[in-house]
Amino acid sequence: MQISNEAPAKLTTDHTNPPERPDFISVKDFNFFYGKKQALHTINMDIPERQVTAFIGPSGCGKSTLLRNFNRMNELIDGIHHTGDIRILGKSIYDKGVEVISLRRSIGMVFQKSNPFPKSIYENVVFALRISGISKKSDLDECVERSLRGAALWNEVKDRLHESALGLSGGQMQRLCIARAIANRPKVLLMDEPCSALDPIATVKVEELIRELKRQFTIVIVTHNMQQATRCSDKTAFFYLGKLVEYADTPKIFSNPSEKQTEDYITGRFG
Amino acid sequence: MDSIASHSLDFFDGDRSVSSKTVARSVTNRILSGICITLSLLTLVPLASIIILLLQKGLPLLGTAIFTELPPAAGMSGGGFGNAILGTLVMIAIGLAISAPAGILSAIFINEYAPTSRLAQAVRLVAKLLTGIPSIICGVFAFAAVVMTTGTFSAYAGGLALAVLMLPTILLTAEQALMGVQSAYREAALGLGATRFQTIARVVLPDAFPAIMTGVMLAVARAAGETAPLIFTALFSQFWAKSLNEPTASLSVLIYNFSTVPFPHQIGMAWTASLVLVAFVTIANIAAQTIFSRKN
Repeated sequence: MQISNEAPAKLTTDHTNPPERPDFISVKDFNFFYGKKQALHTINMDIPERQVTAFIGPSGCGKSTLLRNFNRMNELIDGIHHTGDIRILGKSIYDKGVEVISLRRSIGMVFQKSNPFPKSIYENVVFALRISGISKKSDLDECVERSLRGAALWNEVKDRLHESALGLSGGQMQRLCIARAIANRPKVLLMDEPCSALDPIATVKVEELIRELKRQFTIVIVTHNMQQATRCSDKTAFFYLGKLVEYADTPKIFSNPSEKQTEDYITGRFG
Repeated sequence: MDSIASHSLDFFDGDRSVSSKTVARSVTNRILSGICITLSLLTLVPLASIIILLLQKGLPLLGTAIFTELPPAAGMSGGGFGNAILGTLVMIAIGLAISAPAGILSAIFINEYAPTSRLAQAVRLVAKLLTGIPSIICGVFAFAAVVMTTGTFSAYAGGLALAVLMLPTILLTAEQALMGVQSAYREAALGLGATRFQTIARVVLPDAFPAIMTGVMLAVARAAGETAPLIFTALFSQFWAKSLNEPTASLSVLIYNFSTVPFPHQIGMAWTASLVLVAFVTIANIAAQTIFSRKN
């Protein structure tokens, strides 16, 4: 992984054993603009290693925008700019030396609408390897099994790896997208409302998977579903109108929030 | 609200004044349907009559010699137009070799790399204007650009004229094909760390390929029948072409030449050449619609 390799030596030794870094991703005085419209206002937060951090808040509050800055996906949009900094493992993702391609290769991303390529299940999983120039069959086979097992999909698809991914059910497609995202062994897994298009049973499976995956990955999940945040996250951040209103351990946010706005939102009084 | 309620009961109470309205409605409906069906059938008449006529007049001379032999001299019988079939194929190949890469790569640029740039807007506008240019102008252009400078009519010049003709069709259909690719695929690929080029080569193009090929085949079908751009550029030849740099026969120019002479055998051959050309164009069209559109 590009990022960890280039991180200062003493920090890399720190996180080989628990305790995990509390500031795996560190956001400092971050402002973000779409053209003249400011979408994020002075965000400061530390996201801990190998835990699940949930971003909640009403639509348009900036939670997805922040998530999409962690792998600089927002840069596909014209007319954006930012101030402040985001550091992963102590290294700024905006440093001159950082290639956005290698940043994205070391961060997995799962989207709201499952978007497997119109290719076979196998080719979907190994896509990240193929674009890095890996084509040795044994490496690819190993990756497919490891990733599909990691996404709890192996047993369902192992006999039809070379059939089209578009023949899977909605929940299977989303787990395939998770398998594809973890194929390259990323450090971070970003999930943008991964269950909003799934039925309750598929949602339960993906949530179980998220709890399983946090042993290996630092996970940030954007969700509209507050039960989901309580079920699978360790920390929760509440955003409103582009500001980070409150950020604390999940049980505290949902049982004893410090801010009036947080309480109003989680009790359904607005939003 | 009252009227809606009473109408809904018409069916049961059998009120005569209302049922006459219903009859009138159904008569109007039938008349309009009848007009639509008749007009639809009428559109089939030109195509059907062309095909029947071509089969009637063209079939008698159709045989293997048509594909292998050279055109007969004036007043002579026998022979074929193998050189014209070959010439048409060669010039379409030259045209495609120029227009397919240029059109598809331009479409990739204006849809994937810089859709809102000035250059993309200019290319889009020029391509749309180019679709409206009469084909004879393409011929005049290739005449000035190639025939005048090299001093000879040639397959190159004919191919260039056809390329100019095919370019806007290929470019615009390829752009539509790329626009039809879900943006979620691009997002997924870029999110996995693919470069823009990898995203296009591995995800976007494979998905758009059938639709792009449909556009290419339609362009080929159109170019194959063009006479005007070839008269100025490839002219015609009685012989097998020994190089691409000499006057070259083509089906469309052969039809034009042979249908204006007073010899019945040549006129018969013009009919047969028309049949071969229409069969070629039809096969190209059907191939475009079946092989390449299986995606949906």
